[in-house]
Amino acid sequence: MKTFGKYLILISTLFIRRERFSVYAKLVVDESISVGYNSIFIVVIVSSFIGAVTAVQTGYNLVSDLIPVSVIGTIVRDMTILELAPTIISIVLAGKVGSNIAGHLGTMRITEQIDAFEVMGINSASYLILPKILGCMIMFPMLVIISGFLSIYGGYLAGTLTGALTEQEYIRGIRSGFQEYNIWFALIKSLVFAFIISSISAYNGYFTKGGALEVGQSSTTAVTNSCIAVLLADFLLAKLLL
Amino acid sequence: MIEFSGINKTFQGKVVLTNVSGTFTQGICNLIIGASGTGKSVLLKSLVGLVKPDSGSIQYDGREFTKASNDVKQEIRKEIGMLFQGGALFDSKTVEQNVMFPLDMHTKMSKEEKLDRVNYCLQRVGLENVNHLMPSQISGGMQKRVGIARAFVMNSKYLYCDEPNSGLDPQTSIRIDNLIQDITHEFNITTIVVTHDMNSVLEIGEHVIFMYKGEKIWDGSRTNILDTEVKTLQDFLFANKLIREMKAHK
Repeated sequence: MKTFGKYLILISTLFIRRERFSVYAKLVVDESISVGYNSIFIVVIVSSFIGAVTAVQTGYNLVSDLIPVSVIGTIVRDMTILELAPTIISIVLAGKVGSNIAGHLGTMRITEQIDAFEVMGINSASYLILPKILGCMIMFPMLVIISGFLSIYGGYLAGTLTGALTEQEYIRGIRSGFQEYNIWFALIKSLVFAFIISSISAYNGYFTKGGALEVGQSSTTAVTNSCIAVLLADFLLAKLLL
Repeated sequence: MIEFSGINKTFQGKVVLTNVSGTFTQGICNLIIGASGTGKSVLLKSLVGLVKPDSGSIQYDGREFTKASNDVKQEIRKEIGMLFQGGALFDSKTVEQNVMFPLDMHTKMSKEEKLDRVNYCLQRVGLENVNHLMPSQISGGMQKRVGIARAFVMNSKYLYCDEPNSGLDPQTSIRIDNLIQDITHEFNITTIVVTHDMNSVLEIGEHVIFMYKGEKIWDGSRTNILDTEVKTLQDFLFANKLIREMKAHK
């Protein structure tokens, strides 16, 4: 409870004694580029394969002749939009972006750079953490959209190349019973996960004490806590919004 | 002038500062000395507000700091420059961006004005043609000098230096000490240096406070420190056998 209280206090300090808007604008753009551009490669790889694997495994489990094979497309689409793209990609990004945030802030803490901000009369939490959170909240939904496309395309390639179904069957499957609300649900999830991952990682990094060993521990704790929080939030959002 | 009185600080039941009081005068180098773990750095961090004392009062030219609102503290902090032990330069910014940073955040100067001021400060600490280098590309002594330039770029009224000579060779240490003293006199700054370097004490110790087990034991200057009768201060000053022998032959 004490840790959670400290986390809430940190979040509240992001919005007091803020700097000028122009200061944040540049920082947010820099963080967005850092989060988005540097994560594209891993998102492309993971998304393509999870779509492909979902298609192959669904095809393998379709043993009844009563179920049309086009259902593979439908399952890949719904799995991708509802769970794989927002949640799995967020967990992957918790490892990549979360550890980066915690490591960066932790190093700044132990080398007294954060103290230097405070002595200069700058709200270090707001200056350092707020742009990271906003950068993640801007880029995570975009990465999830890219992931969704690539996952569905990966399923298409795997399904058609292995002969599990034809191109027409796959297209019919992904168009069948499409609900636009699922897209909004995925985007809401990505926004919530972006906030959770960036803020928890920032918390762990910002309050690092000690030396290089503790910076490593902060990064590990940040990733672990972020993943747990993402899965918990995933369940709560599914219960609340579906 | 900085006045502080009755400063007490405890960390998890361990007493670190006990009723520490004193005054740091403007225009001279004020040194806080003592062995490791005697509370020097905690006192310094209390004075700049990085550590909140359990009790006591700190006043910057009559302005109460400890109990002040965040806005008042922020205004006072804009007048404070600090050189950290490791330099604490922002590693993602160049030397020029590091020194310019306080100006970017707190002034409405034009880009040219800021650049002029940065170049003047870098020149004043003896650095040229390093503007576009990253902190990792310059030596420890140069990092300290960049740190000093950043500390007084805002025309700071108060300059804090936390062990400015740690990790530096004797010649560079003396250069840094002299630079701090020159800047202090030139700009009439209230400078506070935390150190356990005897060379610094004898070189720039115009006012010296000796800390022992969280208490202020002695207050004086470099001119009378060697004649002290305080046993703990004598043990600190004459820890080196050579210096003990030199004193015996005096």
